[in-house]
Amino acid sequence: MVANIKDKAVIVGVHNTEFSKDSGVSELSLAAQAVKGAIDDAGLKPSDIDGFATFTMDSNDEIEVARAVGCGDMTFWGRSHYGGGAATGSLHQAVMAVATGMAECVAVYRALNGRSGHRFSDGVSGNIMTADAIHWGWYMPYGLLTPASWVAMFNQRWMHLTGVTKDAMFEVAHSTREYAVNNPNAFFYGRSFDRAEYDAARMIADPLQLFDCCQESDGASCVIVTTPERARDLKQPGVSVRGVAQAAAADQEQMTSFYREEFAAIPEMEIAAKNCYEMSGLSVDDIDAAIIYDAFSPIVLWQLEAWGFCGFGESGDFVLDGALRPGGRLPTNTHGGQLSEGYIHGVNGIVEATRLVRGQSLNQPDKEINHALVTSGVGIPTGGALLGKLD
Amino acid sequence: MTPEEQKAFEDKLYAYVGVKVCSRKPAKDAVNETMIRHWTEVMGDNNPAYTDMEWAASSRRGRTIAPPAMMYVWNQEGYSVASSGRASDPQTDMVEFFNEHGFTGVLGTNVKQEYSREASPGDTVYVEMVIDSISERKATARGTGYFFETLATFSDQNNETLGTQRFRVLKFIPQEQPAAAADTNELQVPTRIPSPRGHDNGWWWNAVDEGKVLIQRCKSCQTLRHPPRPMCGECQSMEWDSIESTLDGEVMSYTSLRHPKIPGYPSDPICAVIKLAEGTNIVSNVVGCEFADVHIGMKLKGKVEQVDEKTMLPQFYPA
Repeated sequence: MVANIKDKAVIVGVHNTEFSKDSGVSELSLAAQAVKGAIDDAGLKPSDIDGFATFTMDSNDEIEVARAVGCGDMTFWGRSHYGGGAATGSLHQAVMAVATGMAECVAVYRALNGRSGHRFSDGVSGNIMTADAIHWGWYMPYGLLTPASWVAMFNQRWMHLTGVTKDAMFEVAHSTREYAVNNPNAFFYGRSFDRAEYDAARMIADPLQLFDCCQESDGASCVIVTTPERARDLKQPGVSVRGVAQAAAADQEQMTSFYREEFAAIPEMEIAAKNCYEMSGLSVDDIDAAIIYDAFSPIVLWQLEAWGFCGFGESGDFVLDGALRPGGRLPTNTHGGQLSEGYIHGVNGIVEATRLVRGQSLNQPDKEINHALVTSGVGIPTGGALLGKLD
Repeated sequence: MTPEEQKAFEDKLYAYVGVKVCSRKPAKDAVNETMIRHWTEVMGDNNPAYTDMEWAASSRRGRTIAPPAMMYVWNQEGYSVASSGRASDPQTDMVEFFNEHGFTGVLGTNVKQEYSREASPGDTVYVEMVIDSISERKATARGTGYFFETLATFSDQNNETLGTQRFRVLKFIPQEQPAAAADTNELQVPTRIPSPRGHDNGWWWNAVDEGKVLIQRCKSCQTLRHPPRPMCGECQSMEWDSIESTLDGEVMSYTSLRHPKIPGYPSDPICAVIKLAEGTNIVSNVVGCEFADVHIGMKLKGKVEQVDEKTMLPQFYPA
């Protein structure tokens, strides 16, 4: 099989910054200047850029470059590994994105203070100043140090705006736990809990208590992807990817997008949902079950709203009606979730979503599962996928 | 030091183990009541066995004794060392050998005395000393170095052993010590994790060190932005200046990190997203009230404060 990208992607703008032995500016500044220059060379606007590709070695997060340059929403980012091997590797990422329509205008950049900053001759030693380290520096000195505390900051405001209470958070944690009770591979296999135990658990970061938080787990998950042609000849029923999207929304930070006009929201997940629906031709009514990223119980609620299962502020009532339970509208996190099975960064969720569509979940709902949703983490540039039976 | 240099150094160093620092020699003065009285006054030791002749005469011993801990006193060099310096001996040679190789730091770490016999006025205390052991190379909080231990054996004019003293010293390559610990042996107190300071944010934190909270402003379109970054997202200008915030603010959201406890931080720190009067948001601490008193919409007034030995931070109080 030969890749079919021929003439499907075109280079339209280029730019170099000044090259020197001491730029006197940050690597982020260099990246922003290079990207802005190439945008100008092409005659585009910053808001036209909807994707980025760079090296895993680059210290500049795509969202930091996007904020610096004033780009808007983003639907693709991809990095290529292995040092200089990523030169056309990052171009390769960009071409795949454009050729498939995952993005329309991708900026490929590499910015480094390779002489005045971290030198290649230093090898792998020394402290490396990254945009990422500087980003966390706005929170660390105050004690806003953990994922729970960042999510709590969103949740406190979201509960204030919507009036959703801990009853809904408990329902997410409890329905998920009940699935884990049946799953021998789950940490909480055979171990149920009740509201009294949930309420009595230690406070982690107000209002998140222990059972609102996922576990810290050792483990690994993997899924194999191939063509529909090959899939038909293999052992298992094929599960087709109907739609998959990445998204970062304007003014995005990593876990701390506190500078938006209204920050108790996850606009990036709304973009991912919209694009997945558009790609797949499916609507929310077509989704029979879901694996919703559950590092913390409330983020399941926000995602139900972002994917359109209910309106803003209505997810509390939605789950309290039993929607997430085996016979409910949307059986969710049927493996026990990351709250109660294990925290493998959401990839165990892709495994379970695949099993749901195959009909192989340990908690397989009685109804036919034609389409399952699986999502990525919340508060960061994120994404989701819609899986269905291979025709 | 290359591995070869280290081996050459250690070969010479370990040759000092077992070397006599001094052969058995008598103290300048015999054990006497005057020096005992001076020592016990300084130490605040009122034991009548040392100074009360009358009491001692009727005691089991029948006479006063020197405090056993004074054992090492009798053979001290005295003031002459201050002007003429210490005469060289194998120990001073070894110390000099350390110094020449960069192990200039010195820290007495332990003294251990064992007593086997008492001395009374009129007795003469003899001492002999040997370099008893040298440790392997150690990485310590003070720096890389070696512990060496001298063993002094004290005896009287009849060559009866009075006791021994082991003195353990660390000789090390000094490394830069945190300011807090430089002049004392106290453990370093943990402080808050600082932000790294780079091109794009260092100026902001430097202003905080001087008591000011600044907000970056685009010189071209005047848009304020926080956190700072190199280019204006509105007009792509890279020219900027800043304004000083009045630190009038309002709580947008808040939480408290209850678990885990982090060394260097107050217990249950209250963190908040605060909208400043200038229009930008900032994350900071709410202090001066209970967590239960904090609410969304609460008015705050901030000031820059020193929150620990090393850290200046904006902190917000109920307005």
